[in-house]
Amino acid sequence: MDLTPEQQSIRDAVQKLCVPFDDDYWLERDRSEEFPFDFHRAIADGGWLGIAMPEQYGGGGLGVTEAALMMHTVANSAGAMSAASAIHINIFGPHAIVVFGTDEQKQRWLPPLIRGETKSCFGVTEADAGLDTTSIATTARRTDEGYEIHGKKVWTSTAQEADKIMLLARTTPKEECERHTDGMTLFYTDLDRDYCDVTTIPKMGRASVDSCEVFVDGLPVPAEDRVGEEGQGFACLLHSLNPERILIAAEAIGIGRNALARATEYAKTRVVFDRPIGQNQAIQHPLAQSWMELEAAWMMTMRAASLYDSGEPCGLEANAAKYLAGEAGFQACTRAVMTHGGMGYAKEFHVERLLREVMIARLAPVSPELILCHIAEKALGLPKSY
Amino acid sequence: MNVTVCVKRVPDTETRVRIDGTGIETTGVKFIVSPYDEFAVEAALRTKEAAGDGAVSLLSLGDASTAESLRAGLAMGADSALLLTADVGLDGLATAKALANELQGSDDALILFGVKAADDDQQQVGPMVATLLNRPCVTGVASFEVQGDMAVCHREVEGGVEVIEVDLPAVLTITKGEYEPRYASLKGIMAAKRKPLEEKEATSVPERLRVDRLSEPPARAAGRIVGEGPDAVPELLRLLREEANAL
Ligand SMILES: Cc1cc2nc3c(=O)[nH]c(=O)nc-3n(C[C@H](O)[C@H](O)[C@H](O)COP(=O)(O)OP(=O)(O)OC[C@H]3O[C@@H](n4cnc5c(N)ncnc54)[C@H](O)[C@@H]3O)c2cc1C
Repeated sequence: MDLTPEQQSIRDAVQKLCVPFDDDYWLERDRSEEFPFDFHRAIADGGWLGIAMPEQYGGGGLGVTEAALMMHTVANSAGAMSAASAIHINIFGPHAIVVFGTDEQKQRWLPPLIRGETKSCFGVTEADAGLDTTSIATTARRTDEGYEIHGKKVWTSTAQEADKIMLLARTTPKEECERHTDGMTLFYTDLDRDYCDVTTIPKMGRASVDSCEVFVDGLPVPAEDRVGEEGQGFACLLHSLNPERILIAAEAIGIGRNALARATEYAKTRVVFDRPIGQNQAIQHPLAQSWMELEAAWMMTMRAASLYDSGEPCGLEANAAKYLAGEAGFQACTRAVMTHGGMGYAKEFHVERLLREVMIARLAPVSPELILCHIAEKALGLPKSY
Repeated sequence: MNVTVCVKRVPDTETRVRIDGTGIETTGVKFIVSPYDEFAVEAALRTKEAAGDGAVSLLSLGDASTAESLRAGLAMGADSALLLTADVGLDGLATAKALANELQGSDDALILFGVKAADDDQQQVGPMVATLLNRPCVTGVASFEVQGDMAVCHREVEGGVEVIEVDLPAVLTITKGEYEPRYASLKGIMAAKRKPLEEKEATSVPERLRVDRLSEPPARAAGRIVGEGPDAVPELLRLLREEANAL
């Protein structure tokens, strides 16, 4: 699991890049709810958005392992999930384009994404479908020029800033499909405000990076903006699910480790009853437990990434990593707040912000319950429960 | 405009140093390019960019692991690197001689050093190399620009700036000044893998400095409370004058 010198330089360079965006910067963004444009720019200028994109389109040509390492480092900085989410979608989102796009599409879409000139968002989730993605109601109807899309998406992150949207829509009603995963099609197209209404959802944390409802009303999409074959959208999407789980896992661990470091420092220096609170086992043990949980989750994450990068199936490991990391990160942040006592609730100690942000890694993109269902079915061979 | 930068691999300045007889414990210690040398690399890159042509070469004397530090410099944008492998001790003159032996044939207009190494802090090697090469040397340069056959160097001195013009080729040692080092970009890191990094054994120069023993400084004694309020002032003054020699 040791990092290669190249991976170490990636970690060091990203770490340095994050330093100017410090606690104050992110706390201010948490208050003002302003998108961290200058952070996004700094990442784009360093070429980091293209870390896992092919070199011929201006990317780094590296694997999910390196992307995970980068996202771990970003999330481990003061910016936590806000920093990670400001760029996350641009790291793994275009994956379907890389795998299923034509040369013309890659040439058209990838270089401006990598340069950070266009921002994209990911419109899959719908309120009436939830985790049952195949029940989405957004439809794409054939027209002379291509398609016309109607429907509504929810939780679409960064939709306020995005120029482009990766959109999943039904082209054949579920009832008419042999398998319910058939009949959906993936599009990557302009998020044209003339046809799309984007409303920010007030939410618990990560205030500077919005998540939105997107109402799509007759959005015309040219045929050349379809990714992959018509009806094969779900399969196209599947390719980016495992990398996304691996990245989210790495982010949750980054946030958890940040919280653990802050808690440890506080436990060493806060003196009550004439001794540092960290001298009490009731304070030490939960922190020690978090250290172990985060290390174990990290190993699972790296294992999943290395399987993915060597072309092996990694569904179980990617899901397990996302589950373990989500829980470990959440525990670490909760314990960090508790270790700080009343100060854990004060904004100036930042751990409450980390706790509000790490919650996302448990909820999305797939819930812990559904991961357990998946593991029970696929690893243990128990009957499918959903 | 060709520039050579000499860089040293040192323990991270945030390392908690633990003494191990005659040196420091290195297991678990992260090593970095000495921060002053990073300023020098930055200065070299800007000089090349301003000139619009030329190359920045890195040179280091160190053990095999120093290659990693040179890669970091290549990732920042240097064009090539040469590692002279040797066991490096504390003898600045031995280091300077080994570097000068290599640089003897160099016709680079500038040879840059950090003003000092972040580990031994001796500020010797740059000026010694200059002397051995018979080149002029300006130390502690906060910024400089090349004008024709000359480098105009700015040194920060108490209450002002000293401007020194020096004929090229010259040796400069660089301090922080305005050379905040750039971050390696992803492209830089990828490109660094393909840039030439040569390794060869350094010409052997005997060290004439030997470390007998290294020990931790004595633990700091607890502070002393002299008294409280204005009444304590005379006694405090007396102690500051007579015991601490601070007044
Ligand atoms: C901050 C944030 C950002 C997001 N960003 C994006 C984005 O950019 N793009 C996007 O498309 N989506 C995004 N999402 C959406 C996210 O992926 C979904 O919220 C997630 O997939 C869960 O779907 P749901 O909210 O509809 O939950 P539901 O499907 O309604 O589930 C609710 C609960 O019921 C449980 N449950 C449901 N069915 C079962 C079952 N069979 N067995 C056991 N338990 C079950 C779930 O585990 C969960 O606990 C984001 C969400 C958040 C919170």
